[in-house]
Amino acid sequence: MTILKVIAVLLTGFFVGLTLEGIARKIMARVQRRYGPPWYQNFIDVFKALSKRGISHGWIFDFGILMALGGVIATLAFVPLGDLVAFPGLDNIFIIVYLFAVGALGMAMGMVGSGNPNASIGVARALTQMLGYELPYLISIAGVLYYYKTSSVSGLMMAQQDTWTLFKMPIGGIVAFVSLLGMLGKKPFDTPIAPAEIASGPMVELSAKYMGLLMLMHTFSIFVEIGLFVDIFLGVSNYFTFLLKFTIVWIIATLISSVLPRFRIEQVVKFYWKVPLSLAFVQVLFVLLGWVF
Amino acid sequence: MAVDERSLWEKIADKLRSRSLWMLHYCTGCGAMELPPTMTSRFDMERFGMGPMATPRQADILFITGYLSAKTLRRVIYTYEKMAEPRYVIGFGSCTLNGGIYYDSYATINRLDYYIPVDLYIAGCMPRPEALLEAFNELMRMIRRGEANGWKKYKENYEWYKQNQIRSLGEVFVHDEFHE
Repeated sequence: MTILKVIAVLLTGFFVGLTLEGIARKIMARVQRRYGPPWYQNFIDVFKALSKRGISHGWIFDFGILMALGGVIATLAFVPLGDLVAFPGLDNIFIIVYLFAVGALGMAMGMVGSGNPNASIGVARALTQMLGYELPYLISIAGVLYYYKTSSVSGLMMAQQDTWTLFKMPIGGIVAFVSLLGMLGKKPFDTPIAPAEIASGPMVELSAKYMGLLMLMHTFSIFVEIGLFVDIFLGVSNYFTFLLKFTIVWIIATLISSVLPRFRIEQVVKFYWKVPLSLAFVQVLFVLLGWVF
Repeated sequence: MAVDERSLWEKIADKLRSRSLWMLHYCTGCGAMELPPTMTSRFDMERFGMGPMATPRQADILFITGYLSAKTLRRVIYTYEKMAEPRYVIGFGSCTLNGGIYYDSYATINRLDYYIPVDLYIAGCMPRPEALLEAFNELMRMIRRGEANGWKKYKENYEWYKQNQIRSLGEVFVHDEFHE
């Protein structure tokens, strides 16, 4: 039964994730007054990338990519998609945050193993940016955990029967959404993968099959990140309302990212540590004082 | 095995490849001017699944946009050999065919075909975005029919290409960038 549920979670991640990425490209095109690629374009891209013959840079490179994909898949198995919970009772937020770092570190290890200086710069930027967004995100989540007195993600979701956390703690919700933009690598915070400056950063040496695996990893990690946000802040949901809320959050993030230019890396960290971090502390103070709507 | 024999899997893969062509963001000459309008709102290349990629490892097509000087030829060869295996080359304009207005220049190569295999030429100086889109569609048709196999020809006739490259670049061997 657990295996079936895990397979269902992964298949949802694969099909819905790739479809939504295609829809995001379409939306981006419409904002720029273009026609845009078809919605299934990302499926074609992934299968094409997997059909080509790539070049490896040694076993650290291969192992890093497998570790990134495996780490993210393992994390996704713990994230509750609405009422589809693969491991009931184990969907703890600390497990998810802890496991999710495995994917990022695997990617960092593999990409640095390729030996390209651009990849090293990109990985350094990605980890620096992580330092930026993790702090406000986790502090705002800590406020939520303190208020509901539980760290289980489905417990947090079930605790919002009357009102959504987003309306109870609006400042924390906004902080988490801004941090989410950084996690997704969306436009103001796409410093790690800046094609114009460092030639796609970490992905610079990824050819063919490796690129396909990394695109899959990106899809799954989008699912983990937005899924956590939806579960914690957007009320109680079953499988279908979860996907609806997921789509809406993803589209809003895409719309914001399609009109903004890129921060430099020190601007990213300065921004995160000035505005969202102070707001997160304000939210935690409100929670401690009992000022929750 | 003959050059144009394909298994069923190859035929399916070619269909997918033709719908998702990533071009290398690398331009050699004046023809590069026609790419921005092809990419942006008016002509919108992305609706065919084509998009720019910053690194040759991920790219499928290499554009030689216009004249190619002997110095740039070395970079083009490095770049072409870095690309992953089913790879396609499009030559823009008359300069890649016969040197164009630079036919008697000491620093410009006359015929691109001697150095790397070219799948498709676009006529004109310079080709308009409409001509580019027509060429991209023709390349997609060629890939689907299995006719765009310049990369196989490069593998089969590698010695000949290598000889031409070395003759044109002088005595320097191609593979060593840092001791030119």
